[in-house]
Amino acid sequence: MRYLKYFIIIIILFNFTVVNAQNKNLESKITKNLRCLICQGQSIYNSDSEFAISVKLLVKKKLNEDFSEKEIYSFLRDKYGEWILYDPQFNKNTYFLWLLPILMFLIGGAIIFKIFIIKKN
Amino acid sequence: MITVFFLILFFIFYKGLKNSNIYTPNLSIKKDIPIFEAKLFDSDNFISSKKIFKENKFYIMNIWASWCSPCRLEHPFLLELNNQKNIEIIGINYKDKIENAKKFLKEFKSPYELIISDKDGLISIEWGAYGVPETFLIHNGKILKKYVGPLDINSLSEIKRFIK
Repeated sequence: MRYLKYFIIIIILFNFTVVNAQNKNLESKITKNLRCLICQGQSIYNSDSEFAISVKLLVKKKLNEDFSEKEIYSFLRDKYGEWILYDPQFNKNTYFLWLLPILMFLIGGAIIFKIFIIKKN
Repeated sequence: MITVFFLILFFIFYKGLKNSNIYTPNLSIKKDIPIFEAKLFDSDNFISSKKIFKENKFYIMNIWASWCSPCRLEHPFLLELNNQKNIEIIGINYKDKIENAKKFLKEFKSPYELIISDKDGLISIEWGAYGVPETFLIHNGKILKKYVGPLDINSLSEIKRFIK
């Protein structure tokens, strides 16, 4: 019975550490994808400005409140706009940005097709 | 066809060059004020945002700190706004030591009806603020205008025009 008690305590501690480590990883992932608005070219993760410290704290708090990664991004986008995210979402302001590589690929393919295939025939 | 495509591309990128590459907040936003609960500056009691802001009244929400030198610059303008009848000034004391903040208010006089404490900066994030000082003009539960940086004579006259 005594051993069982120790075993349960170890399991609880182990689970707590695993959950904590998972949250820490997610916290780093999220803060790396957030732009520090008052620093030049730094993410929230890399910055030690007052603003970045507060945002790091906010991300930690939201994760503890069981907010998902998407919900945290959406919360911060609502407060600061798309600019705070390094990875902008697909919307009417960014569709050109996302579609341009595909468009370039298609047009490039069409040019190659026209020059080499059609001319050959 | 290809020429037209590259011309469009050129035009888009040329237009993009003129966009600012630093964060420019939206200053005239008709957003609802955030809901939050905060500790009062001079007591251990907490207050809900719903109890602070009443309908049909203008409010100035000013984020300040004793260590912020631009806050000293804007202070006379806040004191002048405090003389206006139909406006109430609420302060958010941002990441400050209470003794220093009290000294600041004693030295420059307090324009605030109520001050709430924001020790970790989380309330300021709720407001979409990213530094001090920042000021919000509020009416009927909506943010009418946001002023980033210290208030000046122009922003003061603009606020006066709003509350007339």
